[in-house]
Amino acid sequence: MEINIQKKVLEANDTEADINRTFFKDQNVFVLNMMSSPGSGKTQILCKTLAKLMPHVRVGVIVGDICTTNDADRLKVTGAKVTQINTDQFGGDCHLAANLIIESAKQLGCEDLDLLIVENIGNLVCPAEFDIGEDARAVVLSVTEGEDKPLKYPLMFRVADVAILNKIDLLPYLDFDAKLVVDNMKQVHPHLPVFEFSAKTEEGLEPWLDWLKIKVFEKTGK
Amino acid sequence: MHEMGIAQQLVQIAIDSIPRDIENPKVEKLNLRIGRLASVVEHSLTFCFEIITKDTPLENARLDIDVVPVTVHCKSCDNGWEVTGPVFKCPFCEDGDVEMLTGREIEITSLELADELKI
Repeated sequence: MEINIQKKVLEANDTEADINRTFFKDQNVFVLNMMSSPGSGKTQILCKTLAKLMPHVRVGVIVGDICTTNDADRLKVTGAKVTQINTDQFGGDCHLAANLIIESAKQLGCEDLDLLIVENIGNLVCPAEFDIGEDARAVVLSVTEGEDKPLKYPLMFRVADVAILNKIDLLPYLDFDAKLVVDNMKQVHPHLPVFEFSAKTEEGLEPWLDWLKIKVFEKTGK
Repeated sequence: MHEMGIAQQLVQIAIDSIPRDIENPKVEKLNLRIGRLASVVEHSLTFCFEIITKDTPLENARLDIDVVPVTVHCKSCDNGWEVTGPVFKCPFCEDGDVEMLTGREIEITSLELADELKI
C-alpha cells in the first residue's frame, strides 16, 4: 500500500523561519545571516563593522559556534549586544537552525536594535540549506582559500545576497587571483555584489558599510 | 553533514503519515525527491537513516531517491535550460537575471507499506 505524502523535509525549519521573519518585522530590525568557511575572518569583519556603525546603527549579534565563547567575547568589546549559541549541546550541529535563532533573539532583546547579525557556524555547505528568517545572506571568502571555492560550493554562493572577499592585504604574498575568484562568483551568481576589503587594515571597508546601512534603512526606515 | 537531522525529519514525517488504524505497520520504501544542488549526501543519509530507524516501523525500509536536475530560467531573455555544472550565467544573453526553478528539493513524496498479514 502506497501512502501519498508530498512534504518538504525541512518544512519544520521553514515554518520556524517564517515565525522569525514575522518577529523581526514586528521588531523592525534588519537581520543579516553571515556565512563562510572557518577562519575567513567573519568575527574580525564584524568587530570593524560594528566599530564603524555604532552607535548610529544599533547592532546586536548572535554568534554560532560548536564550542567556546571566544567570538562573542571579542565582539562584546565593541559595546554591541552579543549572545553566543554553542551547538555542542545539540550534538555539534554544523549550522544554526531557525528555532535556535528566535530563542537567542528574544534573549538578546531586539526592541532597541536596528541591525541583528547572525554569525553562522563556519561551514560553506550546511548553513546555506537552512532559512533562519533573515533579510539578507552574506558569504565571506578570504584570499587564503582557493579561487575555485564558489564553483565547489555553488549553493552557498547562489543563496547569498552579497559576497565579501576578505584579507586582500595578503594578496602581495600569495599566488591568489582575485579577479578569477570574483569571476567564479559571478559564474555561479551573475548579479552578486562583491566587496573586496581587508578587515585588518580596513582598506576597502567603506563600500561594504554603505551597502549595509542602505539595507538597514530600506527595511527599518532608520 | 546535517544528514542526521534530515533523517530524523524523514522518520518523523513518515511515522506521522501512517494511518493510526494499521496495526504493526512496516514501511518497505520511502520515496524521496532530492535536488542535485541540495546539500545532501545520499550515502550519509542512508547511513543515518539505518541507524535511527532501528526498532521502528521503518526498520530496513529502503530510500528510493529521485534526483531532481537543476533547471533555471533567465528573466532577462526568457530562456530556460538545465544546469549540469556550477555555472549559472545565461549562455544566451550572458548577463541574465537567472532564477532557479528546480534542484534544491528535499522532499518525501510517498511511503510504501508492506501488506498487512491476514490471519
